[in-house]
Amino acid sequence: MRREGSPFQGTGTVLVKELADHLSSVRMRVLEWLIVLTAAAALYGAIDTLRQSTAEDPFLLLRIFTVERSPLPSFVTILGFLIPLMAIGLGFDAINGEHNRGTLSRILSQPIYRDALLAGKFLAGLGTIAISLTALWLLVVGLGLLLLGVPPGGEEVLRALAFLCVTILYAGVWLALAMLLSVILRSPASAALVALGLWLLFMVLWPMLGPALAQVIAPPDPQYALLGLPTPETLEWQQRLLRVSPNYLFGEAMLAILSPSTRALGPVFLEQLQGAVMGAPLPVLQSLMLAWPQTVGLIAAVIVLFTAGYVLFQRQEVRA
Amino acid sequence: MNPQVISAHGLTKRYGQVEVVKGIDLELAKGETFGLLGPNGAGKTTTILMMLGLTDISAGEIRVLGHDPAREPLTVKRRVGYLPDSVGFYEHLTAIENLAYSGKLMGLSPQERDRRIGAALARVRLTDAAGKKVGTFSRGMRQRLGLAEVIMKRAEIAILDEPTSGLDPQSTLEFLDLIRELKSDGVTILLSSHLLDQVQRVCDRVALFKDGRIVLAGSVGELARQVLGSGFSVEVEAEGEGLEARLAAISGVSSVRRTSPTCYRLSADRDVRPDAARAVVAANGALTRLSVDEPSLEAIYTRYFQQTDKTEVRDAA
Repeated sequence: MRREGSPFQGTGTVLVKELADHLSSVRMRVLEWLIVLTAAAALYGAIDTLRQSTAEDPFLLLRIFTVERSPLPSFVTILGFLIPLMAIGLGFDAINGEHNRGTLSRILSQPIYRDALLAGKFLAGLGTIAISLTALWLLVVGLGLLLLGVPPGGEEVLRALAFLCVTILYAGVWLALAMLLSVILRSPASAALVALGLWLLFMVLWPMLGPALAQVIAPPDPQYALLGLPTPETLEWQQRLLRVSPNYLFGEAMLAILSPSTRALGPVFLEQLQGAVMGAPLPVLQSLMLAWPQTVGLIAAVIVLFTAGYVLFQRQEVRA
Repeated sequence: MNPQVISAHGLTKRYGQVEVVKGIDLELAKGETFGLLGPNGAGKTTTILMMLGLTDISAGEIRVLGHDPAREPLTVKRRVGYLPDSVGFYEHLTAIENLAYSGKLMGLSPQERDRRIGAALARVRLTDAAGKKVGTFSRGMRQRLGLAEVIMKRAEIAILDEPTSGLDPQSTLEFLDLIRELKSDGVTILLSSHLLDQVQRVCDRVALFKDGRIVLAGSVGELARQVLGSGFSVEVEAEGEGLEARLAAISGVSSVRRTSPTCYRLSADRDVRPDAARAVVAANGALTRLSVDEPSLEAIYTRYFQQTDKTEVRDAA
């Protein structure tokens, strides 16, 4: 039997209210400044490096995002590191916060479905992140124009826009994860801790654990080792395991989109490179196709995590 | 006969193997004030949540204003106002902003919303605090704000879950007055509480919950007759001859006890003061005092649970 009315009645209202809350909250202010300041430092380093090497680079704008000067990592690396933090900050108390304040049963006794509350909150979080990231992106591009004085080509702008979209998606994964935890765990503090734990796991531990696990699953062949080559099977497993991490997927997609000369994301045999002009850039469309599987992976992660949260939330008891 | 606005038959809620609400039957007529009584954990809140479609029904059926809350929750929730146990508001928003958010969710137009919010806040006497953040509100003010939300909704049924628990006596009295005002507007009110004298003060009928069952239901007088045998205790202080026999002859009086030479205590199933006065006067007696103890819900409640506990102990033995 169908439920009466639209499940999304009231979504807009929740969205607007939550967006206003996010944009005016101290928490958001702090996170924004953290990202802006770190990114500014990375950007300064990148632009300084670019100015000194006046090589004729056709993708000057994209270099702003990827060039790094030690000790600072590149702009993209910093975003990959800090965006999850921002998304977790926005989502970890989405549902359990309402529970603990005693507002959940009051809001749900209004003529709306639970769908509206969850979807409204998710979209508001994503909207907040999208607004901040777009502002940051415009700032970076503007600064690049001012300080480098080279106008970007159409292809560069397209790639930069693709970068923005994938970054927002990446934030969506972490937001959906944080909201899932806010449904499962009754206390916001434990939800935040678990989310941060997962963040640390994927950020720091997984890049080390992945290769180690791959060696356990598919031990390296001594024949390859003698030649100083990695065993293809081990390498494949390593990549499979690493791609579990949204962080790794984001990194790969960024590599394909922002470095036009990237031809493949993964191990390639020498024969596959026959006839290739090494270092020559790929057309935008080809680069996007290269990044597409990773992007789909991110979209799938958002959907899976959001759906899990949705199902659990529908079944949850509202009483305090 | 007023139409039934809430009717439940065999309403049951199970959590896994545990039955929290065990097949209750309930009928609420339009415009009446009904009290759900019972100790904490007796299934009152679960019953309320089932009425609102906020929790699934395991068995049985329920109709609220003729609709099934599980299938048509939006219609039901549009017409029923709910004030949850320990209601919460967004602390960083003002009273008006909080109500405006609910108003938007109710689907009211901006002008209509503003008008209703102003009126509702005036009703619950929060107009002065309208622009203040809810974070600064006392518990009593929050409860009143919650009631303002119900008023603003123009709900036909107001469900109030433990509305006065944790309030000081003054706020409790004020809140009960507000409930009475709501009642005089013709709103059907379902009140859950474990504070008995308050329920008695405002409710027409009550249902006593115990372990997920309604063990007693009816008006306070009816319950008193069922549980205490006779509900009213009338004290007559008079001098005269043969009063005891005359008083005992009044219809409805079950027993007369002479507590002192001039003092008689009558147990009756109704207020027999007029008859007692007449009887004394007819016997040429001098009536010096006449008073009645109305049956208190507390007495009924305590007696009932004592009785059942005793039988349970006996059964166990």
